[in-house]
Amino acid sequence: MSLLNVKNLSVILATNDGPARAVRDLSFSLNKGETLGIVGESGCGKSMAALALMGLLPELSETRGEILLDEENLLDKTEAEMCRIRGNRLAMVFQEPMTSLNPVHTVGNQIMEPLQLHLGLSESAAREEALHLMDRVGIPNPEARIDNYPHQLSGGQRQRVMIAIALSCKPDVLIADEPTTALDVTIQDQILELIQNLVQEDGMALILISHDLGVISENTDNILVMYGGAAVEKGGTEQIFNELVHPYTQGLFAAMPKLGRARTMRLVTIPGTVPDLINLPAGCTFTDRCPIATDICRNTPPPLEEIEPRHAVACHHLQEARSRKTEELFS
Amino acid sequence: MSVFIAKRVLTLIATLIGASMVIFLVMEILPGDPALVILGVDASDEAVRALTKELGLDRPPVERYWSWITGLLQGELGNSYAYKVPIWELIEGAMLITLPLAVMSIALSIVLALVIGLYAAANHNKAGDVTLMGISQLGISIPNFWLAILLIILFAIELRWLPAGGFPGWDEGILVCLKALLLPSLALATVVGAILARITRSSVLEVFREDYVRTARAKGLSQRATLWRHVLRNALIPVLTVTGIQFSALLTGTVVVENVFHIPGLGSLVLKAINNRDTIVVENVILLLATMVITVNFIVDILYAVVDPRLKAHDI
Ligand SMILES: Nc1ncnc2c1ncn2[C@@H]1O[C@H](COP(=O)(O)OP(=O)(O)OP(=O)(O)O)[C@@H](O)[C@H]1O
Ligand SMILES: [Mg+2]
Repeated sequence: MSLLNVKNLSVILATNDGPARAVRDLSFSLNKGETLGIVGESGCGKSMAALALMGLLPELSETRGEILLDEENLLDKTEAEMCRIRGNRLAMVFQEPMTSLNPVHTVGNQIMEPLQLHLGLSESAAREEALHLMDRVGIPNPEARIDNYPHQLSGGQRQRVMIAIALSCKPDVLIADEPTTALDVTIQDQILELIQNLVQEDGMALILISHDLGVISENTDNILVMYGGAAVEKGGTEQIFNELVHPYTQGLFAAMPKLGRARTMRLVTIPGTVPDLINLPAGCTFTDRCPIATDICRNTPPPLEEIEPRHAVACHHLQEARSRKTEELFS
Repeated sequence: MSVFIAKRVLTLIATLIGASMVIFLVMEILPGDPALVILGVDASDEAVRALTKELGLDRPPVERYWSWITGLLQGELGNSYAYKVPIWELIEGAMLITLPLAVMSIALSIVLALVIGLYAAANHNKAGDVTLMGISQLGISIPNFWLAILLIILFAIELRWLPAGGFPGWDEGILVCLKALLLPSLALATVVGAILARITRSSVLEVFREDYVRTARAKGLSQRATLWRHVLRNALIPVLTVTGIQFSALLTGTVVVENVFHIPGLGSLVLKAINNRDTIVVENVILLLATMVITVNFIVDILYAVVDPRLKAHDI
C-alpha cells in the first residue's frame, strides 16, 4: 500500500480553441520517504498534473482517474475537505518565486497563515514557529526578515520562504514544481539540496518536477518521463540511467549540458516542437520528432510495456530503440 | 514617509500657484465688463467708469493678481462685485452643501461598487454577473440629470417619501438636510457607482489569476478566505485610483444635478457668478475647487502607500 497512488489521471482543460488534453492516463505511486522525478519539455503537462493532485486546476477543467492519498480518492472529496488537505497533507512549491508571494503581506504573516489554519496555533506561537521555519530554510537573520515584504527579498530567499510555507504543517507529500528554474544557477543547487535535506529529515515523500534530466538524475529514486501529457517511460532512476530506452528520453539526455564539455560546443536539441494538445495525433505523440518512427507509430498509440520489473516504456520499436546509441539518434 | 509627504506638499503649492495664474488669465480674457453687467446696458459711461474705479478694476492686471494672492494669504477674499458681501460668506454656505453632497455620493458609490463588483466577480459569467454588468452598463450611459428627474418623479411625486428639491439649511436639523441631499446624491452615485463596480469586478477577477492567489489556495485557504485576505487589498489599488478621480469630478461636476434639485451649492454659485461677470467670486471658487481636487489626489497618493507596501520603498 503506497502513500500516494495515482491511477489513470487525465486532465482536460477548457481553452478558447476547444478541450485540451493536458494530461493523459498518468499512473504512478509514491511511498513515504521516496522521491519521484517528473521530467519533460516545457508544455508537456507537468504543472497541470501537479495542480490536478492539489485540486487547483484552472476553472472549467475536468479531472478523470483516481488520486489515492492513503487509499482515499481525493477526486471524491468536497472542496471543504480538500481545503483541510491542501497545505496540511499535500503541499506545493511553485515555479515562480517572484510572483508566488502576496506583495501586500509580510513574509512572516504568509508563513504563519497555514500554521494558524491547520494547526490552530495562536498568533504568537505561529510567529515563533515561523521564525524557526525561516531559520530551517536558511534565511539569515529571521528576526529582521520576518516583517519584510516580499519585494525586499531576493528570488532565492523568496523561494526559501515558499519552501517554509509548504513545509510548515509537515505534509505527507511535497510537490516541487521546477523550484529552481527561475533562479540563478549558483542558487539552484543550494535550493535543491535544501529541499532534499528537509524532506529527508521529515520523512515525507517528494515529487520533484523539472525539465532538466540532470536535476532529476541527482535527486530522485524514481523517474517518470512525460511527453505530450502522457508517460513515455518510467522506472527507477538507476534503471533508467543504466539504459535510456525511449527515443524521447534519449533526446532529453543528449540535450543535457555535460560536465567537461567545452562551453563553445553546441547543445544538442531535439528537432521539432511539442504536439498540439487540442488536436493530438492518433498514434504516438512523438512520431513527428522521432528518428525511428514508422507508419504504425503514426496510427496506433503504443502501450506502456515493462522491459524489466518496474521499468516501463511506451514505444512500438523497443528493439530498435534499445539497440541504437543515443549519439546515433540525436547529434 | 515624511520626505514623501514634504515632496508632495511642495508639488501641491507649486500646482496651486500655477492654477491661480491660469484661472486669473482666463477670467481676464473672458469678455464682459463687471461694472457694465451690474449697472445694466442703459448706464452712462461716467457711471460705469466710476464703478470700475470703485471696484479697483482700472488697475493693471499684474497689480490686481498680486493683491488677490496677497489677500488670500491673509485670509482676505474681498467682496463680491454683484452682491457686495464678503465672498467667504457666499462660498462657505455653498461649500457646506456641495461637500456633504459629494461625500455622500462617493460613499454611496463605494458601497454600491463593492457589493455589486464583488458579487459579480464571485459569480463570474453566471446569470447574476451578466445581469448586474448589464445594469451597470445602463447606469453608466444614463445622464445623471435625467436620472435625477426620474428619481424626483418616483420618490417625490409618486411615493412622496422625499422632497423634490431645495435645501432647508443646516439650522433646520441634520436629518431634513440629509433627506434633501439623498435624491441628488443617488442621482450622482448611480453613474459613479456603476463605473466603480465594473472596475472592482474586473480588478478582482484579474487578481484571482495571480500566482500568489494560487499559493494561498495551496495553503488550504477557501475561496472566500482567499478573497478577503489575499485578493481584496490588491484589487482595491485600481479602484482607489478611479475613486479619487471620480470624487474630484463629483466636487466640480455637481452643477447640473444641483440645478435640477434647486440646491444652492458651489456649482450654482459659480454659474450665477459667471452670469453676473462677478469675476472675483469665480476666481476664488475655482481656485478652491482646484485646491480640493489636488488635496483629494494627495490623500489618494498617501492611501496608495498604505495599501501597497512596495510604494513606500520607492518614494522615500
Ligand atoms: N490556464 C490554461 N488554460 C488552457 N491551457 C493551459 C493553461 N495553462 C496551461 N495550459 C496548456 O497546458 C499545457 C500543459 O501546461 P503545463 O503548464 O502543465 O506545462 P509544463 O510541463 O508545466 O511546462 P513548463 O515546463 O513550461 O512549466 C500547455 O500546452 C499549456 O499551453
Ligand atoms: Mg510548469
